[in-house]
Amino acid sequence: MLKNRMKQYTPVAILAAAILLIQLITLISGTGYLLTQLTMSAWYVLAAVGLCMVMGYAGQISMGQAGFFAIGGYTTAVLSTIDFTDRLSGGLPRLLDSMHMLITRETIYGDTMTYLTPWASLIAAILIAAAAALIVGIPVLKLKGHYLAMATMGFGIIINRVVLGTKAFGEADGITNVPPFKVLPFFEVSGDFNIRIGNYYFAWLIVIIAMVLLINLINSRSGRALKALHGSEEAADAMGVNTARTKVIIFMIGAVFAAAAGFFMTHYNGGIGPSESSVVKSVRYVSIVAVGGMANIWGTLMMGMVLNFLSLRGVFGHFDDAVFGIILVLIMMFMPDGFIRKAVFYDIRNFVNRKIIKRGDK
Amino acid sequence: MTFDQVLQYIFSGITVGSIYAFVAIGYNIIYNTTGIINFAQGEFVMLGGMIAYTFSGFMALLPSVIIAVLLTAAVGGVIENVFIRRMRRTSVLGMIVITVGLSILIREFSLYIWDEQIRALPFFTGSEISSVEIIGARISPQVLWVLAVTAVLTVALYIFLKFTLTGQAMRACSENPKAALLCGIRTDRMISLSFMVSAGIGALGGCVVSPLTQTHYAMGSDLAVKGFTVAILGGLGNPLSAVAAGLLLGLIESFSISVLPMAYKDVISILILLIILVAKPSGLFGSRAAAALKDY
Amino acid sequence: METYAPLMKIDKLDKYFGGLHAVSEVSFDVHPGTIKAVIGPNGAGKTTMFNMIAGFFPPTSGSVRFNDVMLTGMKPFNVAGQGLLRTFQNLKVCDNLSVLDNILLGHHTRSRSGFGAGMLSTRKSRIEERRAVEQVMPLLEWLSIVEMKDTLVGNLSFGEQRSVELARALAADPAMLLLDEPAAGLNMHETEELAGRISELKAQGRTILIVEHDMSLVMDISDEIVVLNFGKKIAEGSPAEIQNNEEVIRIYLGGSDA
Repeated sequence: MLKNRMKQYTPVAILAAAILLIQLITLISGTGYLLTQLTMSAWYVLAAVGLCMVMGYAGQISMGQAGFFAIGGYTTAVLSTIDFTDRLSGGLPRLLDSMHMLITRETIYGDTMTYLTPWASLIAAILIAAAAALIVGIPVLKLKGHYLAMATMGFGIIINRVVLGTKAFGEADGITNVPPFKVLPFFEVSGDFNIRIGNYYFAWLIVIIAMVLLINLINSRSGRALKALHGSEEAADAMGVNTARTKVIIFMIGAVFAAAAGFFMTHYNGGIGPSESSVVKSVRYVSIVAVGGMANIWGTLMMGMVLNFLSLRGVFGHFDDAVFGIILVLIMMFMPDGFIRKAVFYDIRNFVNRKIIKRGDK
Repeated sequence: MTFDQVLQYIFSGITVGSIYAFVAIGYNIIYNTTGIINFAQGEFVMLGGMIAYTFSGFMALLPSVIIAVLLTAAVGGVIENVFIRRMRRTSVLGMIVITVGLSILIREFSLYIWDEQIRALPFFTGSEISSVEIIGARISPQVLWVLAVTAVLTVALYIFLKFTLTGQAMRACSENPKAALLCGIRTDRMISLSFMVSAGIGALGGCVVSPLTQTHYAMGSDLAVKGFTVAILGGLGNPLSAVAAGLLLGLIESFSISVLPMAYKDVISILILLIILVAKPSGLFGSRAAAALKDY
Repeated sequence: METYAPLMKIDKLDKYFGGLHAVSEVSFDVHPGTIKAVIGPNGAGKTTMFNMIAGFFPPTSGSVRFNDVMLTGMKPFNVAGQGLLRTFQNLKVCDNLSVLDNILLGHHTRSRSGFGAGMLSTRKSRIEERRAVEQVMPLLEWLSIVEMKDTLVGNLSFGEQRSVELARALAADPAMLLLDEPAAGLNMHETEELAGRISELKAQGRTILIVEHDMSLVMDISDEIVVLNFGKKIAEGSPAEIQNNEEVIRIYLGGSDA
């Protein structure tokens, strides 16, 4: 049993080592600027692995993951940009202050600003996302296949339109000047150049924690019920699994992951725009999960890291979104089980072996 | 709201409703022969408008519309032949993913060719400012064009499905593909045809409404969801009732603008979709009852 | 047998599918520790009966009581929660899970830890999981599928998948086992093996309701038999009584005087 547990966490150790190694490489090669995109990739990966649980493991397609990402991001963007400086005498600010929930800091223009601590908006972001997933999930997850895909896509579009059409959300411009998130007295989540390395490690630390939680879940009673749901919903039902409830819970977990990702990304970037909630973004998450091998959180993590990094570096140029479309089409046509799966390694080994054998024959 | 305003809302509702109907008809035709919901359906409308816009630069409007319809139909045929045909054995999830992927590809390809600008075909008759007076309301003659094309298409589709051999063969494929095959109907060809017809219909819709609602490379996904709303509203598998459902949704959307901010009009129609899917997904429940009967 | 209170009471169960009267007012009892079989020709309403008991669809009227709990109107997972575990005529195994995981799925109702405990891998959830494995392993041994415990179920033969389904239902330590045509698709050797296993289960004191097509299997193993035809109960009794029932003989031998 203990051995099993060790084995189960081996990939986590490899991931941690890889994160360390990547940082060292950027340090040695003087390419520290790459850490910015690697940090952002980490936040997108967090949203993608959440979707992987919903789509890959539980088999419930969701085309609205970007909507939850946006809920997380916009919640904190709105809450932590309200300036209470001139309204400190009001009832609500006084109450918040007495609970030590207000922070004062100097803006770049030299004014002071008093705002709600992002800790509070983190909790709000998670609660709102979970509530939205609950309200949407209960009716919508009764649907299957095309209907479910359309309904979740519809949810994503609703979020997108609300964001685009509401003044409080900055309409097409989004919300900027979101303050940093002070996690510890000596560390904050922000795009500040001087703490780039710290942010890189922090982001991946959160991803690692998320991965540990998900590995645990996958290997638990509830995780088995999830996978069974995908394998045969009727069988799961007949064995006593409350399938409706299970679907809603995993949908909520996926939503919370996305909202947390949106929250951190917004503080890291200092703002958020409506494009984060677009259908194309949701499709991106779907394609990362698909290319990662559907029911494979490690595949999703790897592909999410690589593809987001390349995309953020601008490698795909004009074809940034098209690349994800091509990936979806090619993967479904030629490798419906995804790119990252064990069989690929076997294929490669067989291929290499065959080459060697052929050469030997000559 | 004055009577005049009410009429204006009605006519604009009918116009947008017609596009939704065009998309929904496309969904239905493909769904009927294959059981697939083609997420790229909205993209055909955009392609139709864009292609016709480009050709109208060199030639008269009518031939450029015809070329747009034919080319888009060809795109539909290619999609079926190259992608869908190989995917027969894939799961529903796989089908969704591939048509979503295709819709993104078409849209990005269009962005590359036609850039981000909003394009519009010239008015078929008259211009932006010309208007006809109907029971006191002044409306653009293009609205009449939209109505006429929708009506002609509906009748033509009805005749095609009901009375021509090809139309009957297409319906047979949906009823029972194996039996259709045994009767000598080439189901492969029917599926190709259904993709071409539905792409062509989408393109035609894209052309007639382009002068009024404009064409933009990213319009497809919204149309896909709203067209789907209409297809469900009218009962999936029934292309003709989709027309009525399309007009209904168009009217609801149009009148919602009078109460809510313009930006929320999409929210209204998608909420309607969610409510219908949840409250009366008749297709879904119907098939479950049928499956239970078979099991017995 | 009448001295025991029945474990399950089925009272005037009735089902219409549109105009089709699939099951009409069927009543019978199942007593603890016995094997009750429901037989009948194709289309007699056996599977419909079965699915109504297991909660897969609601009856038009009538009721099913189990241990004085009303099962009618319950969802399948609630029925399972009451200790009634079923198998499927057309196998419903989870192809994406290993043999052991499929069987552990059957153990679902015996453990408690939920999503939170699972994500945090709490001590309690791990102990529960270990106990679950310990409890189902004897089943794998009994069905001699231990060596394939880590194989994906999709790679097993049909007969082996049937065994997995049986083990899955038994993993719940069911108060009553519902077997839906367990011999369908099995060859003669496998059917004999199945008969042996069912007898062993009876010897352990399990209560079993079985819907079956295979007459000889049913005659061998059951204590009581209910015969359905066109949705109606036409006979009920011991195997010997049923074997000598003229109406049953007529139906099964396709009597021309009907």
